[in-house]
Amino acid sequence: MMAVRVFVPCDTTALAMGADDVAQRLLNEAEQRGLAIELVRNGSRGACWLEPLVEVETPDGRQAYGPVSTEDIPSLLDQGLLEGKREHALALGNTEDIAWLANQQRFTFARAGITDPLSLSDYLAHDGFRGLERALTLDTQAIVDEVKASGLRGRGGAAFPTGIKWQTVLDAPAEQKYIVCNADEGDSGTFADRMVMECDPYMLIEGMVIAGLAVGATQGYIYVRSEYPLSCRMLDEAILRAEAAGYLGDNLRDSGRRFHLEVRMGAGAYICGEETSLLESLEGKRGLVRFKPPLPAIEGLFGKPTVVNNVLSLAAVPFILDKGGDAYAEVGLGRSRGTLVVQLAGNVKRGGLIELAFGTRLRQVMEDFGGGTHSGRPLRAVQVGGPLGAYLPESQWDLPLDYESFSGDSAVLGHGGIVMFDDSVDMAEQARFSMEFCKVESCGKCTPCRIGSTRGVEVVDRIRHNQNRDANLALLEELCETMVDGSLCAMGSMTPIPVQSALTHFPNDFLRTPDANAEGESS
Amino acid sequence: MSASIEWSSAQVQDSIDALKHKPGALLPILHAIQQHIGYIPDGSVPIIAKSLNLSRAEIHGVISFYHHFRTTPPGHHVIQVCRAEACQAMGGRQLEAHIKDRLGINHHATTADGGISLEAVYCLGNCACAPNISVNERVHGRMNNTHFDALFEEISDALHTQTLEVK
Ligand SMILES: Cc1cc2nc3c(=O)[nH]c(=O)nc-3n(C[C@H](O)[C@H](O)[C@H](O)COP(=O)(O)O)c2cc1C
Ligand code: SF4
Ligand code: FES
Ligand code: FES
Repeated sequence: MMAVRVFVPCDTTALAMGADDVAQRLLNEAEQRGLAIELVRNGSRGACWLEPLVEVETPDGRQAYGPVSTEDIPSLLDQGLLEGKREHALALGNTEDIAWLANQQRFTFARAGITDPLSLSDYLAHDGFRGLERALTLDTQAIVDEVKASGLRGRGGAAFPTGIKWQTVLDAPAEQKYIVCNADEGDSGTFADRMVMECDPYMLIEGMVIAGLAVGATQGYIYVRSEYPLSCRMLDEAILRAEAAGYLGDNLRDSGRRFHLEVRMGAGAYICGEETSLLESLEGKRGLVRFKPPLPAIEGLFGKPTVVNNVLSLAAVPFILDKGGDAYAEVGLGRSRGTLVVQLAGNVKRGGLIELAFGTRLRQVMEDFGGGTHSGRPLRAVQVGGPLGAYLPESQWDLPLDYESFSGDSAVLGHGGIVMFDDSVDMAEQARFSMEFCKVESCGKCTPCRIGSTRGVEVVDRIRHNQNRDANLALLEELCETMVDGSLCAMGSMTPIPVQSALTHFPNDFLRTPDANAEGESS
Repeated sequence: MSASIEWSSAQVQDSIDALKHKPGALLPILHAIQQHIGYIPDGSVPIIAKSLNLSRAEIHGVISFYHHFRTTPPGHHVIQVCRAEACQAMGGRQLEAHIKDRLGINHHATTADGGISLEAVYCLGNCACAPNISVNERVHGRMNNTHFDALFEEISDALHTQTLEVK
């Protein structure tokens, strides 16, 4: 009998939901029953709510089951798991037909969950390295032009056009230039960078090599947050294998061109996601934010011209070089071209990674994909764009997901994190947390950020405990203005955004005294 | 996460020598030392400073800037609790209170028997399956009080066995 291929994902989410135990139980149970299976540890499809999502290869395509726990294995096998039968309560049918997946438009995450993340042959069989092969035939300006044509804007938060950044570095004369990948992904509610690194690491490597060819850089660094040890291990292994196969190193695919890549681990500092703080950290220093100018594109790592891009920006590049910038730009809304990777999280029934053309309405994502709150209670507030993003009340849920619509309505799209809260949320407590987070994570360079956030926590506490409430509400507004005006980077200048949105849209939450047990406290 | 409290300067020097040729070597060196010893002993600072031609104050400044680096030995097990928004939305604050209560310690502290250290963390990247904690760098999703108590039992049992073995 031919061994049946069974897939059990191996990314952080699947593992956190018990995928290793499921895989082990499956092997044991199959052996006991004398069944031949070939276990593949694939990446995740991003349907976190279905993890561990077990798949079985059949002549009719891959059949999905989930979320599977170890106790389900015997009954799944009894009911024809290995033949792909659909009798079991956990059977989801053809994976490709699961509406939650089928209704997405996947440019960047086309391979995620389908392939074994570390298998080069899987990567090659699914369009891998085609963008790089094409880039090797182009001159530097032609590569940059292709990225410009795609309309790609940085996915790290600032949405700066990637092609223009690359042009600046290309035009900067220097012996040594660098490509730095920002994989610090500190925003709560986001995990797309992690999924690239754990589920399709060669795509990031390919994007960085192309960036190197485009601007004339021969060394790259991936700065990964220390909270992602699995991402670091996956990347390290992928880099070794890519080197052995000539996709990295001194002679890329026998072209005579070179590019070297190294993973560097961060050390638990949110501010090191800010690009100049990140560069300081890479240089072995405290992560203090630098004054700009000079831009990193002119004087970046070790003073050399440097491309700093988010993981998702670089991960979009192989598609763009392979299929063409126009193919990428074809979808989207207004000046937001291509696809947006949203990460649906918090109090949500069906959370996970959802890649869609820019322009879908927020409500549609939360309802059609998310299926409402996990608790079943009414949805009350949504924080989009990480800890520096606004809390949106229902009146803003019909905003289309694109940069201009969001910024035009005092909202932040950022890295695409959507965190849903039900009606048990206390928005004054959330506002307090925003200030507290800034206090913990400020790099300390500017007084309004460092001291302002400390004062902010105290002032919110006084408001909540009804001590001079009106005066302190006025003081909080003033404090926010000072932080906006007097901070060097967005940590200090954007912390007021979630605070002020909570004050504006949920004022009543600031007028009641919290019960003593549910008190938030500082770490 | 095995924290050997014993360390030697030769061990530290080896970590340094393996990495000091790298541009911006300090963070990789600090990671390597913490990886091997479990923390960054005060006594290693002069060795690092000398090898990298930096002042001790500079090394201390870098260590203290980053939450990840520890200057005291951790417990046998390190539990991190996510305090960030997506976990808050799923009852993370109550879970955090339960865990502190159960362990009888606050963040950045270690239980009296040296068994478990507790740390705050801001997002573990598993925000669609909140709330989350990690135990020795392994993330556990959809955590709740009951589930935590079971994990805690498991850890305590393991600790007990370890102590018996040592004796
Ligand atoms: C406080 C702060 C935190 C940031 N965190 C990140 C991060 O974790 N990842 C990221 O890619 N960009 C982050 N950024 C944005 C970067 O400074 C920078 O704009 C980005 O890495 C550029 O890449 P992109 O053009 O591809 O987006 C942060 C910015 C600030 C102010
Ligand atoms: S705003 Fe805050 S984090 Fe940013 S440079 Fe100033 S002190 Fe540092
Ligand atoms: S201040 Fe470092 S984790 Fe609380
Ligand atoms: S917010 Fe807790 S894992 Fe992301």
